Amino acid sequence: MSSIPYILEERPDTGLNNARLGIWIFIASEVMLFGGLFSAYVFLRIAAPEGDFDYWGSKLNVPMATLNTLMLISSSVTMIMSWASLKMKQFDKYKMYLGLTILFGIAFLCVKYIEYTSKFSHDIYPSSSTFMGIYFTLTGLHVLHIIGGLVVLLYFWSPVSNRMWKENPDLLANRIEVTGLYWHFVDLVWIFLFPILYLL
Amino acid sequence: MSTDSHGSIEDQVKVYINVFASLIVLTLVTVAVSYLDISFIEAFFLAMTIATIKGGLVLGFFMHLISEKQAIIWILASTVIAFMILMFLPLVSMTDHTSLW
Amino acid sequence: MSYTKDHHEENFFQKYIWSVDHKVIGIQYGITSLLFLLFGFSLMMVMRYQLAYPETVIPVVGWFFAESGGIMLPENYNTLGAMHGTIMIFLGVVPLAVGAFGNYLVPLQIGAPDMAFPKLNAASYWSYFIGGVIMLASFFTPEGAARSGWTSYPPLSIFESGQTMWLCGMIFLITSSLLGSMNIIVTIVQLRAPGLTWFRLPFFIWAQLVTSFLLVLAFPPLEAASILQLMDRVAGTSFFLPSGLVYAGNAVEAYGSGSPLLWQHLFWFLAHPEVYVLILPAIGIVGEIIANNTRKPLWGYKSMIYAISFLGFMSFIVWAHHMFLTGMGQTMSAFFQLTTMIISIPSVVVLTAFFLSLWGGSIRFNTPMLFALAFLPMFGIGGLTGLPLGVAASDIFLHDTYYVIGHFHYVVAPGTLFALFAGIYYWFPKISGKKLSEGLGKLHFWPSLLFMNGVFMPMFIQGLSGLSRRMYDGGTSYAHASDILHWNEFMTISAFCLGAAQIPFILNIFITLASKKTGERNPWNSTTIEWSAPSPPLPHVNFDEEVKVYHGPYEYSVPGKEKDFCPQTEK
Repeated sequence: MSSIPYILEERPDTGLNNARLGIWIFIASEVMLFGGLFSAYVFLRIAAPEGDFDYWGSKLNVPMATLNTLMLISSSVTMIMSWASLKMKQFDKYKMYLGLTILFGIAFLCVKYIEYTSKFSHDIYPSSSTFMGIYFTLTGLHVLHIIGGLVVLLYFWSPVSNRMWKENPDLLANRIEVTGLYWHFVDLVWIFLFPILYLL
Repeated sequence: MSTDSHGSIEDQVKVYINVFASLIVLTLVTVAVSYLDISFIEAFFLAMTIATIKGGLVLGFFMHLISEKQAIIWILASTVIAFMILMFLPLVSMTDHTSLW
Repeated sequence: MSYTKDHHEENFFQKYIWSVDHKVIGIQYGITSLLFLLFGFSLMMVMRYQLAYPETVIPVVGWFFAESGGIMLPENYNTLGAMHGTIMIFLGVVPLAVGAFGNYLVPLQIGAPDMAFPKLNAASYWSYFIGGVIMLASFFTPEGAARSGWTSYPPLSIFESGQTMWLCGMIFLITSSLLGSMNIIVTIVQLRAPGLTWFRLPFFIWAQLVTSFLLVLAFPPLEAASILQLMDRVAGTSFFLPSGLVYAGNAVEAYGSGSPLLWQHLFWFLAHPEVYVLILPAIGIVGEIIANNTRKPLWGYKSMIYAISFLGFMSFIVWAHHMFLTGMGQTMSAFFQLTTMIISIPSVVVLTAFFLSLWGGSIRFNTPMLFALAFLPMFGIGGLTGLPLGVAASDIFLHDTYYVIGHFHYVVAPGTLFALFAGIYYWFPKISGKKLSEGLGKLHFWPSLLFMNGVFMPMFIQGLSGLSRRMYDGGTSYAHASDILHWNEFMTISAFCLGAAQIPFILNIFITLASKKTGERNPWNSTTIEWSAPSPPLPHVNFDEEVKVYHGPYEYSVPGKEKDFCPQTEK
């Protein structure tokens, strides 16, 4: 309840507020989650016949994925700019940058939708090969994380943020910082996913 | 806040823009490098190195790790170790065929 | 009176169902997990009946096997085995040890008003609840509940019935665990009362901290593996299916080139740290109760903290000792044997420190102390019997025999469960304001101790004779088991007596709850912070006075002081 200390104020000996520590621990667990899948990728690549992963990997659309990478990186910048705008007390700029972040996120999802449906229309499914299986699973889990992130971003873009900005601006800044950390992490996962799946 | 320890928020914004530009460039480099005619191992190391640099920039500047407190650095260090264990130990177990007889 | 954040009086639902108060959530976890423990125990009783009297009609629950005329089929036995393990570990012990004891006591022992994230806390309980409902519901689906062992090894688990719901349930349970353990870490780091430095924390808190780190880092790979297994079952992928597989006489139509070993690595990466998750909170509870009932500080407090921290780290690099028989090379086998031997050291440090803590103490033999004392030799047996399993040369013979079942049950049943019982008797007066009856407590303790040994000790004999586990007929079809088959009936009777021994405990709880509240704040004359709160502590804020900490957690029998204990909150 409101009697809980260090929600916004930093605890002197640790230098942290609760949410920032919490989200980093959550991110640590997510590193292990995607790590489990990356470990599976390595295992499966070794277990597959020579050239199998190269063959199936060549069916992926590199230009689309490159576009997605650039858009996700841009969304990371707009995310940090939205937080910076709040710190500079520019609420309108905050909304603009956050809106851009959401748009980039939605655009990413659209490209992924096109990618997936084009695979399906060529009769390529997760069951088509172990490469396709791990490709769909890794990118699919990543997509779920983008969707989850977008839900939170939309919540903070809605009039709820207007009310928070009026009543407790520091709390809003803290929540956006923490949300941003999650969003940057999702970008970080893609930064590794992209070369591993599409280029190697 | 981590902003106060590293100059004003306006200076920070300049850093963000620079990091953004670097990330875009590095992404294009990643794609360009993939067309080189090199062995898989070389391609793997090159791709991972570039990805690590990009990741480092996101972690360091967008996620403020460069000015973050000890507690979080330690938690992440433990996570990296656990991640490395998860990545390498199963692999080594699978490829180890040493035998006593 | 209980109020929401904006000070409206709470209705029934806000106060008892959707509550964000860690005490209510802790009790929710406690009641749910105890019910699941009872259910898991009942599954075991049916299994044990079958093992003692194979091919006979099962009494009372024979209707469940109506299709075979009340006689248990092999697949029924496999279902019971898989679900008994799953329920006891993931729905029983961990939610009780971490969800109930952790959530209830951590804020109180560090002088905090609640956990760091109360709403997340409620979410973690309800995620556990949903996972539990899914697991229970799976019994009533046409496919039935999972029957590929709690270890769910592919390829069997890809084709066997009931596994899909198991995987869905696990995803909710893992999510619950992750949310809860993250909350505990932030709470311990951030919400310690003024003056409560790291080495003034009760040993229980350190144990919960290490446990939560294990859960945060080790569970996600199992979640990843569960997603992969789910894909293999419903999306036709073959992550775990090798090429050229033939199942039930038919060639499997999948791409192949998958690896069953991949599942084993990802599964045991979690499941090994998981066993330390099972034991660490118990060790924490035993520490608290021993210090309190010997009227002495814990011997080797700092050593024990370093020991369990080292244990936590080591637990990540021993897992393949569950996989010695998978054909791994000698180098890796040697590596895992070495780490496994090394990891036995911290447990010995802790057990030794506990024994030394007894020396020269003014020991009070109340019910919590009896359970805590019994924990020591029982965990000792469990730990020692792990050593032949950790060395590949002997594990080759003992793997997948009853020896393994005896080993891990000793650690978890008369080990962890005894410690959890001790904790219930110890903290019941704080939670409810009423002390459980000592008479009924002893009536619960002594038969439980006797029959625990009656059930599990013969398993070592059976295992050493080569009797394999997970066999529905208990070994009657194997000639080499004929000498030791008679132990089955002995163990079954012990198991049923063990069940009967829990009746005084259940009665005790209900009778005590119905009795008058004494509201005594510190009936055990303990030093830790939770005992300075009212009994039960105030809704949402816990303490009625500001909490300031002046010294360490075990200032008992301080020379020159009048009382034989000095609470942490007193100068």
